[in-house]
Amino acid sequence: MKHAFRTAGALALGAVALAALPAWAQAAATPKPVVNSGDAAWMLTSTLLVLLMILPGLALFYGGLTRAKNMLSTMTQIGAAACLAMLVWVAWGYTMAFGDGGSFVGGFGKLFMAGVTPDSVSGTIPEYVFACFQMTFAAITLALVLGGTVERMKFAAVMVFGLIWLTIVYFPIAHMVWAPGGLFFAMGALDFAGGTVVHINAGVSALVAALILGKRIGYPIERIVPHSLTLTGVGTGLLWVGWFGFNAGSALAANGSAGLAMINTFVATAAAALAWMLVERVNGHKGSALGFCSGIVAGLVAVTPAAGNSGPFGAIVLGAVASVVCFYAVTVLKPRLGYDDSLDAFGIHGIGGMIGAIGTAIVYAPALGGPGKPDYAIGGQLGTQAAAVLTTIVWASIGTVIAIYVARALTGLRVRPEVEREGLDLGEHGERAYDH
Amino acid sequence: MKLIIAVIKPFKLEEVREALTALGVAGMTVTEVKGFGRQKGQTEIYRGAEYSTNMVPKIRIEVVCPTSIADRVVETIQATAHTGAIGDGKIFVLDVGHAVRIRTGETDDIAL
Repeated sequence: MKHAFRTAGALALGAVALAALPAWAQAAATPKPVVNSGDAAWMLTSTLLVLLMILPGLALFYGGLTRAKNMLSTMTQIGAAACLAMLVWVAWGYTMAFGDGGSFVGGFGKLFMAGVTPDSVSGTIPEYVFACFQMTFAAITLALVLGGTVERMKFAAVMVFGLIWLTIVYFPIAHMVWAPGGLFFAMGALDFAGGTVVHINAGVSALVAALILGKRIGYPIERIVPHSLTLTGVGTGLLWVGWFGFNAGSALAANGSAGLAMINTFVATAAAALAWMLVERVNGHKGSALGFCSGIVAGLVAVTPAAGNSGPFGAIVLGAVASVVCFYAVTVLKPRLGYDDSLDAFGIHGIGGMIGAIGTAIVYAPALGGPGKPDYAIGGQLGTQAAAVLTTIVWASIGTVIAIYVARALTGLRVRPEVEREGLDLGEHGERAYDH
Repeated sequence: MKLIIAVIKPFKLEEVREALTALGVAGMTVTEVKGFGRQKGQTEIYRGAEYSTNMVPKIRIEVVCPTSIADRVVETIQATAHTGAIGDGKIFVLDVGHAVRIRTGETDDIAL
């Protein structure tokens, strides 16, 4: 969301533009905002594509990576977390993220969607559509965090954690990045579709949550392997398709910027998929199906902040580099540090997000085919990107610690060892995924 | 009567079944099993985490036949399941005391 315009009205031009205008021009420069039906149609579609990423995309991708005894638990936690995020979003999330407010968090003027009507316009689309599109981002980000905690965290703990985490971590960071007047927005940080808000945020939070939660029983001695890479493959495909809503939709219009985001979402991902398999071969392994899927996700993550902020060749390089770095993060860094990030939410979303956020400063340069202005300076932007990344890491870490400890106090956080051995499907939900 | 248990390579099942049917063996029970012998297992790698599986997938065939043809059954399985590589499997022969066909109550050789 390079340009996250607020509701029609005096502030529609955005804080930066407004500041530059003489006072007399403000009244004259606010023509009645009009919905563009092409933009609206694309944004309605994009919103549903992001929902597809969660259900069934992420649910299958993550579910296939868990053991058969935890399949339903994984899928249900993702679905329920997404539903929780939707409800919280309309209650206080939207206003905290996009209501009028300060640098860190929005105000409470739109609590329970107050004042929003079918006639409200955001940019060139109905505000309800804008709010729904942003709602799906909150939903998937919370669901992504669970990649670090599945196979041992209680369902009730997930819900308590989600409620607090969205409120103190996601909404403020979304505000900082995308709302005019938000801290990173004012700094000029580039984050087209949420590399910082969604991926670094989710990845870092997953790592912190996994560290507090502790390792799964048996990790890393026992054989803990994906129970169905077939389903993971299906989920990967759905994620990629849905990601076009995520990235190209973040243009908030059906325009050239969306087109740029689309081509980048194709080629960065393709490069990343092959790069992962290649680096597997370089390390003496076989090029694997899981590597292919992991590369796809790493590429999608990395291109997210760069989607409309890079030329296609910059995106290819960015995708490939992110894929290689993520490979080493999950195969070398994780075992060396010994943490149990169950499904590598940090290794792929956290690390890939950081590579993407920093790399965006480079690929934005017009000399490298990016859409930056001729006087664009990589050096200064790198500093801005790094500041946004570091602030997000610190904010997400502190917020996650608070949210996890509250969940622990209220629910006990972790299932009993017997339940973990038997599987969360049976212990937490009273069902089995497969009857055989 | 003899019970012949053969543990063979999975892809050899169809060949063995056809050869035994030609011999007049009227039925068999087949189970997918895992085990290990001299053949070493495979190594699986998931995002860098290596697991060597000592257990190799095999097919276990159980055939009960009249003592008169037991030797030929064993020879046939040995010939058809043979590839010459480690992991071809094993054949065990046990005595069977009694057999009953559930539908009719027929016993022993007639029940097979």
